[in-house]
Amino acid sequence: MAMTFNDETFRGDFTFRNSPAGIRRYPFPFHDDGYMYAVNMEPHTAGAPGTAFEHLIDVDEHYVAEMRDRALVLKEDPLRCQALPHMMTAQWDTLELLMTQKAEGYPDLFTLERDGDRWHWINRPLGIDDTFTFGDRSTLPHEPGEYIFRQAQGDFCIVDQRDDNLWMDAGIVTTQADWSLDFDIGMNFMEWHGPVPLAHELGIFDRALKFLLNVQQGRPARRLNWTMTVNARLDTSPENYHKWGIDRTTVTPENIGEKLHLRCELQNFWRLPRSNAILFPIRCYLIKLDEIATIPKWACRMHRVLTSLPDELADYKGLTRFRQMAVDYFAPFDHGQETTKGGLPE
Amino acid sequence: MTVNTEMRVRVTDVCAVADSIKRFTLARIDGEPLPVFAPGAHVVVSMDDNGRLRRNPYSLMSSPSNVSKYQISVLRVPNSRGGSAFLHEQVSVGDELTVSQPIDLFPIDNWGHRHLLIAGGVGITPFVPMMEVLNASGRQFELVYSVRSRTHGAYWEQLSATYGSRVRIAIDVEGDVVDYRSLLLNQPLGTHAYVCGPPAMIDHVLGTARVLGWSEENLHFERFLAPPPGVPFSAALRRSGLTVEVEEHQSLLEAIEAAGVDAPYLCRGGACGQCETAVLAADGELLHNDHYLTDDEQASGHKIMPCVSRFVGAGLTLDL
Repeated sequence: MAMTFNDETFRGDFTFRNSPAGIRRYPFPFHDDGYMYAVNMEPHTAGAPGTAFEHLIDVDEHYVAEMRDRALVLKEDPLRCQALPHMMTAQWDTLELLMTQKAEGYPDLFTLERDGDRWHWINRPLGIDDTFTFGDRSTLPHEPGEYIFRQAQGDFCIVDQRDDNLWMDAGIVTTQADWSLDFDIGMNFMEWHGPVPLAHELGIFDRALKFLLNVQQGRPARRLNWTMTVNARLDTSPENYHKWGIDRTTVTPENIGEKLHLRCELQNFWRLPRSNAILFPIRCYLIKLDEIATIPKWACRMHRVLTSLPDELADYKGLTRFRQMAVDYFAPFDHGQETTKGGLPE
Repeated sequence: MTVNTEMRVRVTDVCAVADSIKRFTLARIDGEPLPVFAPGAHVVVSMDDNGRLRRNPYSLMSSPSNVSKYQISVLRVPNSRGGSAFLHEQVSVGDELTVSQPIDLFPIDNWGHRHLLIAGGVGITPFVPMMEVLNASGRQFELVYSVRSRTHGAYWEQLSATYGSRVRIAIDVEGDVVDYRSLLLNQPLGTHAYVCGPPAMIDHVLGTARVLGWSEENLHFERFLAPPPGVPFSAALRRSGLTVEVEEHQSLLEAIEAAGVDAPYLCRGGACGQCETAVLAADGELLHNDHYLTDDEQASGHKIMPCVSRFVGAGLTLDL
């Protein structure tokens, strides 16, 4: 089935929209009526058609527009994409993984032909047709990581595994929930999670680290995380806080349905074969409250989750200013009955 | 839920490379390439030994740049529980086996400036692909490889020929004993040491390095413990509602698997921690044989590593 790509923006006039089919495939992160931190890992296996899990690396209607936005971010700030020198093998591992997954999942959009180290890559949506030598940096216009990251939705961290810890030693971060690769580069797992409230005390990070250190080749894992964002802005970085922080003051009961977005992060974890590093894609999915409201189960559940969210978490996620407005927005959808388990839209 | 990612392979070559060591070459029966692997990785080989499932880990020693095949070297262990004896005596070209995805619990430290590889006997296997990768990427390394005799050591002639002065062979029966203290004392700062070989040798090298002030971050080792035999015992699995009987030459993990319970594992040698299991009740003594749990954790009696550890007593209940 041919995919149609939206002509839309994530800045300025914010023309971002989900199509009705795009809404139904949204990876809604709340599987229950309450929300609390958990090491909510599960095997990252291919899911049902028509969901964001149909293919292990998802490509959707926002692909071309997101890649356009990423190029703008990189142009203004090249430090959004970095790799320490010992991560070159892991970069090639990453390029291979993303190319093979895309070519397998979307043969009409992407083609990869391999003749030994001579690789031919075709990316039809972005009009790319390149031949290069796998392992030879000089045959690509960028380092292998940046080359493929410019063609893949979502942020990516490549973490090195040493000393029973994980180290943020390479990646690209342009669609983040207020964190900076340039700040975190070279940090270990406990250091870069330092600011997160409650979870340390619950032992969440000890368990999560133990789990991640044992992620096996051929058995990727995934989890969902979430926050909320005012305006459909992908680049909510600390570097650009002066541009978007003020947006939080612009939400009103009249515009909240259009202006406020649930921001779901689909994180997955892949053991990379040559480098033994872990690739950590963090894919951001935006959806407007008005779009959520078209799915009755989700609208009802949003009311319950936002009502029961601990204050510390609401603060950490930056929701405090408009949380009550969002609760009020979803209140009429809460029918008081039990909802069905899971995140699928009924 | 465990996703099954094991692969069926056919033995395409068996070669006696030294006294008691055979090298097996494995290729996928569907003709597809095997997964790319990082040097230091092992696979778990599953064998059907006359109806009994045996699973043993073996380091991959073939070239990481040629994954049309995997090669492993198997030492025939005297009084083997079965795995190595089965491979030596009953497996020949054309036979089928099952292998896991590669698992690297002994990786090269990508941050290291220099890599000192210390091998004893069949412990040479993970270093073969490591040296290939270190050499190809122009990183500094040195191999010190102890073998009992010229006919006991596998691959030493070939490695010496390939890497020249970066390889030092010490032949035990000829009186060439490595002075590990002197070796470890005279390494430049930033060196990482990797040890694989007989347990006594690993303990000696690590102990010497620690006394000399090496930091743990710079010490790497891999030991595959064979599960020790012991008195038969039974274990109740609370979540599964089953009781398993563990035989003398069977590990607790093997008994759990034989009962059809999907228990996690990676190394099957008491090192990686993946099979850590909560002990809900133990009327008796846990016999901890792993290198994973801390002394305090072992003493607490709340955890067990079923891949190598056992139990004696009246009753054991596990959270499985």
